[in-house]
Amino acid sequence: MPHQFIWLIFLLPLFSFIIIGFFVRPFVRAESKLAGYITILSIGGSLALSVWALFAVMAAPHHEIPVPDVTWAVIEDGVTIHLGLIMDSLTAVMLIVVTVVSLMVQIYSQGYMQGDPGYHRYYAWMSLFTASMIGLVMADNLLFLFVFWEMVGLCSYLLIGFWFHKPSAADAAKKAFIVTRLGDFGFLAGILLLYLNTGTFDIYELHELAIAGALAGTTLTWAAIGIFAGAVGKSAQFPLHVWLPDAMEGPTPVSALIHAATMVAAGVFLVARMFPLFEHSTEALTTVAIIGGITAIFAASMGLVMNDIKRVLAYSTISQLGYMMLGLGAGGVAIGIWHLFNHAFFKALLFLGAGSVNHATGTFDMRLMGGLRKYMPWTYLTFVIASLSISGIWPLSGFWSKDEILINTFAHQPVLFYLAMITVFMTAFYMFRAVFMTFGGEYRGGEPSAHGHEGHHGQPHESPRVMTIPLMILAALSILSGLWNVTGHFGAFMGHGETHGFFTGLFHPFTQPLPWISLILAGSGILLAYAMYRKSWISPERIGSMFKPLYTLFYRKYWFDELYENIIVRNALLKGLFAGFEQFDNHVVDGAVNGVAGGAIVSGRAIRHAQTGQLQLYGLFIGIGILAIIFVIYFFG
Amino acid sequence: MVIGLQHYLILSAVLFSIGLYGVLAKRNAVIILMCVELMLNAVNITLVAFSRYVVPAMLTGQVFAIFVIVVAAAEVAVGLAIIFAIYRGLEDIDVSKINLLKW
Repeated sequence: MPHQFIWLIFLLPLFSFIIIGFFVRPFVRAESKLAGYITILSIGGSLALSVWALFAVMAAPHHEIPVPDVTWAVIEDGVTIHLGLIMDSLTAVMLIVVTVVSLMVQIYSQGYMQGDPGYHRYYAWMSLFTASMIGLVMADNLLFLFVFWEMVGLCSYLLIGFWFHKPSAADAAKKAFIVTRLGDFGFLAGILLLYLNTGTFDIYELHELAIAGALAGTTLTWAAIGIFAGAVGKSAQFPLHVWLPDAMEGPTPVSALIHAATMVAAGVFLVARMFPLFEHSTEALTTVAIIGGITAIFAASMGLVMNDIKRVLAYSTISQLGYMMLGLGAGGVAIGIWHLFNHAFFKALLFLGAGSVNHATGTFDMRLMGGLRKYMPWTYLTFVIASLSISGIWPLSGFWSKDEILINTFAHQPVLFYLAMITVFMTAFYMFRAVFMTFGGEYRGGEPSAHGHEGHHGQPHESPRVMTIPLMILAALSILSGLWNVTGHFGAFMGHGETHGFFTGLFHPFTQPLPWISLILAGSGILLAYAMYRKSWISPERIGSMFKPLYTLFYRKYWFDELYENIIVRNALLKGLFAGFEQFDNHVVDGAVNGVAGGAIVSGRAIRHAQTGQLQLYGLFIGIGILAIIFVIYFFG
Repeated sequence: MVIGLQHYLILSAVLFSIGLYGVLAKRNAVIILMCVELMLNAVNITLVAFSRYVVPAMLTGQVFAIFVIVVAAAEVAVGLAIIFAIYRGLEDIDVSKINLLKW
């Protein structure tokens, strides 16, 4: 594959952004759908090239195509920074994920965003978002990667705050930006630590140094943990998970993109990209696994009680990202990325399904939905497929990657394994709770829309074809994507000498005890949801009041928002640190400025008494002065 | 007693000092102007004395003295005019009250 085409994968969406941003938006009328077509075309082109790249990488020796790099900047002292691309198996897989999900989201958005006054702006940011993520997965040095890392953060800020006239959206955008920035600080510190110790930003060189043992010990551990801090922020891991549920304020397709392919996947990808560094530091790898395991169960528990369908999905994403981190920490690159790959399709599908439901009912509150199965058969069908997949039901894709993670966790992190097993049950329960509340029973009315669509009164209706077709494609992928690794192909393709995959055939799981246990747990989760929310055999309210403290704990999200907002931000920062800064500013900085001015005034006030206006006095002083000069010259000159 | 150069110079210094004292100490603007004249004339005496004793063949000092007298006359004319103008405004020629040139 010629390397110009590899560059094009990244450049096509970037061109699309430039064309839309600088030409279409100012010069084409708002009702035109041109921006969407340009975006779809460019991302479609990227997808085609990514597929080509995937096959080229599969055929290439060591699954890697070298791409000549370009000199970006030469700093004195001989520091040269290259702009280069990596094209290996990890990049190729990520490219498929990003371009497929992005393309589906863009097509879907043609229906969802129709008539929005910010239509062109939306597509401009979406193109830039996709371009940034593609750049991120292809970057071959940490500095270059960091630039795209921040661009992804910027685009998610712009898109979460897309309806910036709503204060809640503006706040959510700021929250996402600032919380991820905390992690990015660690990432940057990690990059600099690596550079100071090795003198290179190049990812492959760093890999080799770590493998050769030249980069080891506490330096490696701290650098890896710094990088992981960036991933924690981006991938919304505990304790920086608070921004992701609020990121629901953006348009739903944006959530789909953020949750499936771009933003949050970047964190998992980063750990996978830098995996040799983690691999050679047991502490760092254990940290990744523990944070992942805790996040998985922690987020799932909050997902159990949310009433907003997008929030359920948001906590589900955090939980699944926890799984990916756990997979990376306990298994390796192939295991973690395998789950990322499958998750991207079904999570994008779930979000687009939620958007479709919202399109019909004008609300995200599941208590106001119900009965949509009859009105929206395609949305219902695809949503159920995605839910089965995320719950880990054989033979859908979620099963293959989730059980791969469970098996590896069982082998390497036995304590976290139990947490992960409980999470399996929770996942199935909250997903089917959402399914039954949304689609089961009778329609409960909906609500006038919160996001600008009008006329949702009366019967809900199925979404237009442009929205349902991406759902169907993603549903097909959710079913089929798992088959790639049934015999360990994916693992071998990613292969860095780790596990290639545990299962050896489509029916092999049934010969093992562990898949049975996880299937039974998932099945009982679904059954419990059926009993509580479909048949009302068990009253959810009764259960809620039975476990009142626990319910409150989950519903209030462990008071993390309150902890961060009220205690840390309002008290520790605003009243403590920032108040201290304010005092410093008011008294020391302003004091210095005002003191200089005040000193001039005071001394002037004192000295001005010398200016009597009496010329005779001036004359006297002149005379005394002359005498003094004569005196000095006479005696000392 | 032979009158020599030094006697003229002492006379000149005494007159100059009296004039200077008057300029600095007196309140009446007219008297100050008179004291200025006194200082100028002290200088004239010096000029003529030096001319007479140091370079008797030349008249440079005398000529200079005449110039000073001319300038002094002009100065008095301007000075009195200023004093007159101040008097019209302030009804007074006490220089301690002419103190607008201050903070």
